[in-house]
Amino acid sequence: MERAEIETKLNELLVEELGLDADKITPNARFEEDLEVDSLGVVELLMALEDNFGVQIPDEEAESIGTVSEAVDLVVLKLNG
Amino acid sequence: MSGVALVTGASRGIGRAIALQLAADGCAVVVNFASSSSKADEVVAEIQASGGSAVAIQADVSDPDAVANLFSTASDELGPVTVLVNNAGITDDGLVLRMSPEQWDRVVNTNLRSVFLCTKAALRSMLRAKSGRIINISSISGISGNPGQGNYAAAKAGVIGFTKSVAKEVGSRGITVNAIAPGFIQTDMTDALGEAVTSAVSEQVALGRLGLPEEVASAVGYLASEGASYITGQTIVIDGGLAL
Repeated sequence: MERAEIETKLNELLVEELGLDADKITPNARFEEDLEVDSLGVVELLMALEDNFGVQIPDEEAESIGTVSEAVDLVVLKLNG
Repeated sequence: MSGVALVTGASRGIGRAIALQLAADGCAVVVNFASSSSKADEVVAEIQASGGSAVAIQADVSDPDAVANLFSTASDELGPVTVLVNNAGITDDGLVLRMSPEQWDRVVNTNLRSVFLCTKAALRSMLRAKSGRIINISSISGISGNPGQGNYAAAKAGVIGFTKSVAKEVGSRGITVNAIAPGFIQTDMTDALGEAVTSAVSEQVALGRLGLPEEVASAVGYLASEGASYITGQTIVIDGGLAL
């Protein structure tokens, strides 16, 4: 899956599953500070990534996700090794 | 009420009454059991005879793999679980001085670890749905303590602390988590205590008798209902006025 495709899909998930405001989602938007995702929301994000991209994200790797772009990076890494 | 209710330890006693209550309230019911296969089938048959929908699924709920399998089978058969009742429980009584570590572990695993495992499994779909009801069956032993039940009381007190913590964790997603602490209810578990003990207990109960499983199940039905939407993190004592 191409990075752009992953990015589009992720943005959809953020709106549909986490209920985020589409206008606020940018590559550099920070989940907790800019998008107001709480700790449980981060768990929901991980579940959404795992379910929709078929990847497994251990907690220690999840900590690297701060921004939307970093979430895309992690999925790209997981999918393409 | 609609949705899918999963009741652990639902082949007998309080669990059976809860399964029947939730079915009567309109839920499709997963009747989980550990070993009483024929008893579980009877519960399923009784629900189906009343026009309800139910399925019996065997699983040792203290085992993570078995729990994962229980929830995926339940979801395949009836749909995602919307009401979870953590009821499965055992006793293995003895004074602490004479209690073996194995006796401790067995009771704590079946009565407390199972609650954690099943709650974790159920929360996934509940988070997605942004609604759900979790009802944990604790015990008056977990509140008042009971000689000979150090293991059981510890597990049941643990259930109450767990209930409050999870209620705080998932409250923002419309999921409620409550506990019920029954006193002495007429089941195989209390039958094992013998006539002398149960009549002595009855004298301590304000209502002067042991409770019926249905009298616990009706409260579960209420907590699972829309009417209980603003109740979370609570423990409802149903003991006929024993611990006053």
